[in-house]
Parts: sequence; C-alpha cells; structure tokens
Amino acid sequence: MSKLYPGATGDWEAVIGLEVHAQVISESKLFSGSATAFGAEPNTQVSFVCSAQPGMLPVINQECVRQAVRTGLAMGCQINLRSVFDRKNYFYADLPQGYQISQFKDPIVGEGIVNIELEDGSNKDIGVERLHLEQDAGKSMHDQHPTMTYVDLNRSGVALMEIVSKPEMSTPEEAAEYFKKIRSLVRYAGTCDGNMDEGSMRADVNVSVRRPGEELGTRTETKNVNSIRYVMQVVESEIRRQIDVIEDGGTINQETRLFEVATGTTRTMRSKEEAHDYRYFPDPDLLPLEFSQEFVDELAKDMPELSDAKKKRFISDLHITPYNAGVLVAEKESADYFEALLSATVEKSGNPTSELGTLVSNWVTGDLFGALNKLGIGITSSPVSITHAAELLSLQIDGTISGRIAKEVFENMIESGKSPEIIVEEKGLKQVSDTGAIEAMIDEILATNVDKVEEYRGGKNKLFGFFVGQVMQKTQGKANPQVVNQLLRPKLDG
Amino acid sequence: MSDLTKLTLSTARDALHKKDISAAELTEAHLCAIDDAKELNAYIEVTADKAIVMAADADKMINAGNAQGMTGIPIGIKDLYCTKGVHSQSSSHILDGFKPEYESTVTSNLWADGAVMLGKTNQDEFAMGSSNENSHYGPVKNPWRADKENGDLSNQNTVPGGSSGGSASAVAADTSIAATGTDTGGSIRQPASFTGLVGLKPTYGRCSRWGMIAFASSLDQAGPLTKTVRDAAIMMESMAGYDPKDSTSTNTPVPNYEAALTGDIRGFKVGVPREYRVDGMPSGIETLWSQGIDWLKDAGAEIVDISLPHTKYALPTYYIVAPAECSSNLARYDGVKYGLRVNGDSLDDMYKKTRAAGFGDEVKRRILIGTYVLSAGYYDAYYLKAQRVRTLIANDFKLAYEKCDVILTPTAPSAAFNLGEKVSDPLSMYLNDVFTVPASLAGLPGISVPAGLNSQGLPLGLQLIGQAFGEEQLLAVADVLESAAGFKAKPKKWWGDKS
Repeated sequence: MSKLYPGATGDWEAVIGLEVHAQVISESKLFSGSATAFGAEPNTQVSFVCSAQPGMLPVINQECVRQAVRTGLAMGCQINLRSVFDRKNYFYADLPQGYQISQFKDPIVGEGIVNIELEDGSNKDIGVERLHLEQDAGKSMHDQHPTMTYVDLNRSGVALMEIVSKPEMSTPEEAAEYFKKIRSLVRYAGTCDGNMDEGSMRADVNVSVRRPGEELGTRTETKNVNSIRYVMQVVESEIRRQIDVIEDGGTINQETRLFEVATGTTRTMRSKEEAHDYRYFPDPDLLPLEFSQEFVDELAKDMPELSDAKKKRFISDLHITPYNAGVLVAEKESADYFEALLSATVEKSGNPTSELGTLVSNWVTGDLFGALNKLGIGITSSPVSITHAAELLSLQIDGTISGRIAKEVFENMIESGKSPEIIVEEKGLKQVSDTGAIEAMIDEILATNVDKVEEYRGGKNKLFGFFVGQVMQKTQGKANPQVVNQLLRPKLDG
Repeated sequence: MSDLTKLTLSTARDALHKKDISAAELTEAHLCAIDDAKELNAYIEVTADKAIVMAADADKMINAGNAQGMTGIPIGIKDLYCTKGVHSQSSSHILDGFKPEYESTVTSNLWADGAVMLGKTNQDEFAMGSSNENSHYGPVKNPWRADKENGDLSNQNTVPGGSSGGSASAVAADTSIAATGTDTGGSIRQPASFTGLVGLKPTYGRCSRWGMIAFASSLDQAGPLTKTVRDAAIMMESMAGYDPKDSTSTNTPVPNYEAALTGDIRGFKVGVPREYRVDGMPSGIETLWSQGIDWLKDAGAEIVDISLPHTKYALPTYYIVAPAECSSNLARYDGVKYGLRVNGDSLDDMYKKTRAAGFGDEVKRRILIGTYVLSAGYYDAYYLKAQRVRTLIANDFKLAYEKCDVILTPTAPSAAFNLGEKVSDPLSMYLNDVFTVPASLAGLPGISVPAGLNSQGLPLGLQLIGQAFGEEQLLAVADVLESAAGFKAKPKKWWGDKS
C-alpha cells in the first residue's frame, strides 16, 4: 500500500523512478588510455581518442567491463553475455565526437532487485531495470570569460554506469533509501567511490502522480541531482507541484527539469518539443561486447561480502544487535574498521570472537562514533588506530582498567595520540585486583565506619553501595569492582 | 631519368635491391613528374623535402641489407590518411589547416618498410563521390582522354573516378609508382577501372582503420592502387595487419601475397553472377566481361553460373548505411576543436555557419540523408531494414561460394565519363558503384584489373570478388586475368612538357 498524498480534490499517489549515474573506478577511460583522476588541471587527461581527433577509434577498456559486471552481480542482476554499444547523437561543445557511446537496446546488465530498509523497520524490494556502460562528456565552463565558454575534456570519455530503476518507489524516503542502497552496493563492490561532491555519482529523478490505482501520469525528469537530501527535496517538491498543477486544471508536460538548491524546487530545463532525437544506432567502430559465463563466474567468486550479507552475519555469528549491525554496515569503511578492530582485539586479548562482538560494536558505534562526530570527521580519518583501540579494549577485557577508566584513557588517546598502555602506565591507572591490599583497605573502612556497618547489618542493604564507593575513593577508582564485591560482602555479612 | 617513372613497383623494387638504381634518383624522377603534371590536380600537397629524406633513409636500408618490398618506393597517400605534421584534410574545407599529431597505422606500416611519401593526393571530400569532383581543392583530371574520330585526342577532360581519384590519376600519369586509396563502396576499384590501373580493396578488417579519417566505419577499407597485380600484392602485404587500436581489425597473419601469384589457376571455380547483367550497360563492357570469362576458362578455370539474388538492393542499402554512419562520423567537425571555425552569435549559430561553409554539397546531402534515416520514426523503415538486407546480401555471397572460389564481374557500368557530365545528377553518379557496392556491404575483398579499352580508347576494368580473407586466391586469379588481357596501353600525354 503506497503512501497517499491528500490534495484539494482527493488523494494522490506518486510513482518514482531513478536513473543513477555512477562513475566507474578505473585507471583509464572507457575507450582510451587517458587517466581519470579527479581534480587534475583542465585538459591534461585527454587523448587523441577522447578529444575526437579525426581517424581515432575507441577500444573498450576491459576493466570497465569487469566493473559493470561486478556492479550487476552486487545488485543481483542478470548479466548479459552479449551487449552492444550504440551511438547517442547530439551536438554540444563539450561532447567532442558529436555523439556519446552508450548502450541502448542491449545493455551489459539486465534486471535485478535491491532491497531497501525504511525508517519504520519495514523492507521493500525495488526492481532494477538495467545497467549500461556509457562515456561521460567533458565540462563546459561558462564563467571564465565574458563572452566565451571554456571546455575541459578531462572527464570526456570517463566510464559511467547508468543504473535504471523500475518506477517502483512512491515516497521521498523510498527514493532516498534506494539511492543510498545503490551507493552502498557500488562502494562495497569497489566499482564506484560514490563521491557525490566530485560528481562520481548523481541521479536523474523521474516523478509522476496519479489517482490511486489509475493509469500512470505524465512524468518529469529532473537531471543531475547530486545528494540524497536533494533527491528527497526533488521528489517532495515535484509531487506537490504536480498535484497543484493538475488540481488547478492544468496538465503535466513531459519535460526535463533542473533542481535549484537555493529554493529546493525544480524548474523547466527543456520541454518534450525541444527534446533531442538521439538517433541511436550501433557504433560501427566497436564489435558487440561478448564474454563467457566463466568470465562472470570468475568475477562472482571474487566478489566482496556486501552490506546485507554482512549485516546478517554480524547478527547471527557475532551476536550484535540488529541496530548496531545496521549502523556498522551503512558505510563500508565503518564495517571494515569494526571487523579489523574485532580481529585485532581477539588477537590481543585471546578471547574468542563470539564473546567480543557486543563489546567491540558498542565501543565503535558509541564511544568512537561519538568522538568522531564531535570532531566532525569520518572513520577513515580516525585519530585512533586499530592497534591502539584493540589495546584499549584488551586492557578493559583483562581487567587492567575498568570501563570508566577506559573512557578516560580514550579521551586522552584522542588528544595525545599515545598508546593506551603508555597512558595507563604514565597516569597509574591500573586497576587494583590485589586481594590482600583491597582486603586491608576494607578492614580499615569497616573499622572507621562502625555505625554504618551496624545499620547495614540491621537491614539497610542499600548501604552496600556506600562501602564500595569508599573503596573506590581510596583507590581513585582503580580497585577492581568485582574483587571489591567478592571481598566486601562476606565481611559485612560477618 | 623519365624512364624511371615508367617502372612498375616490382621492377623498381628489383632494380633497387640490385642497386641498379637508388631510391634517391627514383624519388627525384617522380618529383619532377609531379611538377610536370600539376594540371592534373592529383596532389594537394607535395612533400618533396620529406620524400628526399625518406629516400636517403631507404637507400641506407638497402645498403644495410634490410630492404623490404616497399623500400625506396615513392608513393602518393590519399589525403584522408592522417600523416603526422602533414596536410590531412580529407579534401574538406572544414578541416582547414589540420595537421595531425599522429600517423595512421597503414602509413606507419609503409614507412616502417621504407616506402617514400611523395605527397597527399586529392580525393572526393570525405571520400564521398565517384568522380573526384567533390573536392575542396578542385576536380582531378584523368590522364586518359577519349580519342576523337580521326584518332586525335579530344580536348575534353574525363574524370578519374572517385573517391580515390587523385591517387588513381597520380599513378596513371606515372607521377607515383603506386598510391594508397580507400574503398567504402568502390572508391579504389572504380577509379582503377577508369584509369587503367589495378585497385585492390581487401577484406574488411584486413587493414587498420586507425588514423584514416572516417566516412562509413563499417565499410571503409584501405588498399593500394598500382600498375600491376604483382605490385598490388607487394604493397598490400606492407599495408595489412592486425591493429589492437582498431577493434574491427582482424587478428590473422598476413600471408606472402606475392608468393600466391603462381600463374596456375587450373581447377579454380570462377562464378559469374547473372544479376550483374544490367540494362543499358554499354556493349563494350558486356563484351569485355565475356572475354574475361573466356580468358579464365582458357587458363584452366571452371566457369560456374551463380546467382546473387539480392544484388539489386545493394545500392539502395549502401546509400542508407553509408550516409547514416557518415552523419554521425562527421558530427565531430563542429568548429570547436580543430579545422575551420566561422564565429557566430551562439554555439548553434557557430555550428551552422561553420558547417555551411566547411562542408561541400555532396557531404551535406549525405549528412541529411543519414540524419533522416536514423531519426525516430524512420529508423526501422530505413536503417534497420537496410541492415537486414545487408545480411541477406552477405548471405548471397556465402551461398555462392559453396559453388565457386572467386566471382568475375565488370568493375563499373561505364568507362570514365566527362568532367562535369554528372555533377548535377547525383543519382546517376551513385549508379557508378552498382557493381562494387555488394562486395563492400559483404566485407569481401575485390580487385579491379585493367582488361581493355572501349571504342573511344578509354580503359575498362574487370572486377574479381574473393572470399573473406581470400586475398591470395583473388590475387592469383587477377594475375592470370591480367596476363591474358595483356593490357599495356598508356594514356597519351597531353599535360605538362609534351616533348
């Protein structure tokens, strides 16, 4: 049951589809040997092929093919052993060939399904229609000269994967979760860095509205939306705008729209009448792309574990709470950090993995994430190394320090970057577990608080905490609480 | 000196290897001949300085005992081959001033073997044409002129055919020993027929297209225009080869083509397709074809009647496929990156003005046709149907080759026509390709061999079509056909110094 949007004349529902453009992680471009690094000086990563010099020919980059197949596998899609590159013809100054090499009728990857999790804990399957490989265009810069446009061809020919969903989303949240999920999948698969600020990932957002159960309405397509929040804004504002237009007696034009960050709304970019006739036809410079099932199987064998599988494993094997598991797998780097820390802690402490999952996951999602949030940095720039973190947790596990002291040591680690063992040593924070010393201390405390001992023995059990506190105070919190408990109770109960 | 320009490639090679002559003097002789034949307009640019240096290098190669078949052979290069630092404009105004930073694979192969570049030869703009009248640099004249009734030469110029008309004229006038051409629908074979030369279009994929300015990518192939079949075999071997930079080039070894010229074709089956007997074909061509059949029969070949039933659809199919590809291939000529730019008020205005000024009428016509047949709503009816017919045509040949080894046909439906005769009638111009286009669509090798003169004393060629990568067999039969025809005629010199 999809969400309904009330209008003045009754309820509406929305139909949303996304085309996600993801830049392939590869050393060189889709059809030439030029480099692909972001941020290089304009026109320094341009070959004869990607500047469309006369007589130049494209040659497919096999690594980009492998990346597309890996992405298809990550989304559980059908992999097409034969696909065809087509030319999409249009004129623009930053499209040097006058056409973009893309895949039109026969894409490399076919249908699949990705599962998204919504805030209320429910799940939904969203169909993937296809994934195809295509070249990116260059960049036009209109602000460098009063009357001229400058063109940077560094991006020209860079490989993109266009991942087309089925129109199976119906709320801004679903669109956002789907976009997030695709980003997570390509990042786990190592096929796209998902870096939206650098333009590695963007979405074209298709929205239409209709009366519940009726035929599809006319859709609009909002181009180049480059953040998850913007996707939600586009969907929200388009649903609202379309309902208003129709209820005011107007009709929705099939058109391409642009998102304006400042207002959070969209505006017309070009209408259907101005739409290009791309004159697709198979690129005669390239043979159909063919590979064997063995090629696909080989890639499938080497696929990394993806977020859904990882989450399941965290819950079932490591006994981590579903909430913690969800937080950890949301970003590949977090999951990687967690797993590395877990195994380092196992090694350091000698305790089995199954016993440490909860402790380590609580520490990462609680203490570490809290500290990183405060610092406003991501996990990859964490000032606390895996080795130091494992040391800290091991000190806690073997009873050298208490949980409370551990927090204190962690704060110090962030400031000083020192190893926790050194900090504990320097500051004398070692927990006291010596029964003789603690026993002597307890005897002294009982002797100086005879009245309290009497009250306790008279039935005021709550005073037990008072005596523990006294011991802790005397040891500056370093006494092992378990040992204190063990020794104190028989003496009090006398 | 002038005798040196009369040498064929193979005789020049032998003389060079024996050091009877030097590459330097051979090149010098041809540079003089070029100077003398300027009015043919066969060359757009003569690279004399480069030729002299390359000839000196070739002599060193020969003296060092490293001579190859092409070492020291001065040749013309069709303008559309990208030659590093040298005029490479496909005879188009829109590529004004374009000098590439790279060398095409085919010319690189030739230079590696020691061939000498005399210059860039004229052609139809972007290889679109059958008369070499569509060049920004003006039409090329055929060295051959018709006889007047009294035996004198007419003053009327004829066309050399196209699109490799400059290359054909250059070789026919002995201003180069051989020349590279390219063939999309007959652009090597038809000019060879019009100028009394041998023209070989190899199997699609045999030569790299890398660095050749594209016309129609699925059809374009490089090939030689030479004085003899043996010359074609030698030059082909140098030009051919797999190139990882061209995804459509084929990775099969290049045979020793010259070794295939055994003179023995006994037991070969030669197919004669009934569909190539077209209405209105001049009787001279009909007669020559019959003669060709007899020559091959006399040499011991078996003549087989075959049918290529979809032949009549080849020309319309070609004039959909080739323009469709060209409309996209030529989109890069937009005034933004290189070549001509005519400034405008906006990007679109600049495009319009640049292309209006930069492209000639025939190129514009084909871009329009190609854009039309690829447009939404027309794609299925034109482009898609044409691709299906193309498959049927290829299939015709496959079936025919179950019954024969090579196919014999006329090369063109007429001899060279007069300059200006067909410029205002594109359809009759397109008909020139009627016999050459089917093999192009099927990707098969074809060769035109000079076989006789028509009643006006103009040369006529016969075409042999081979099986895919069957160049050796094709050349073997062509060699026998050439010997039997005994074509020795040369154009009577009317240009330059007539002494």
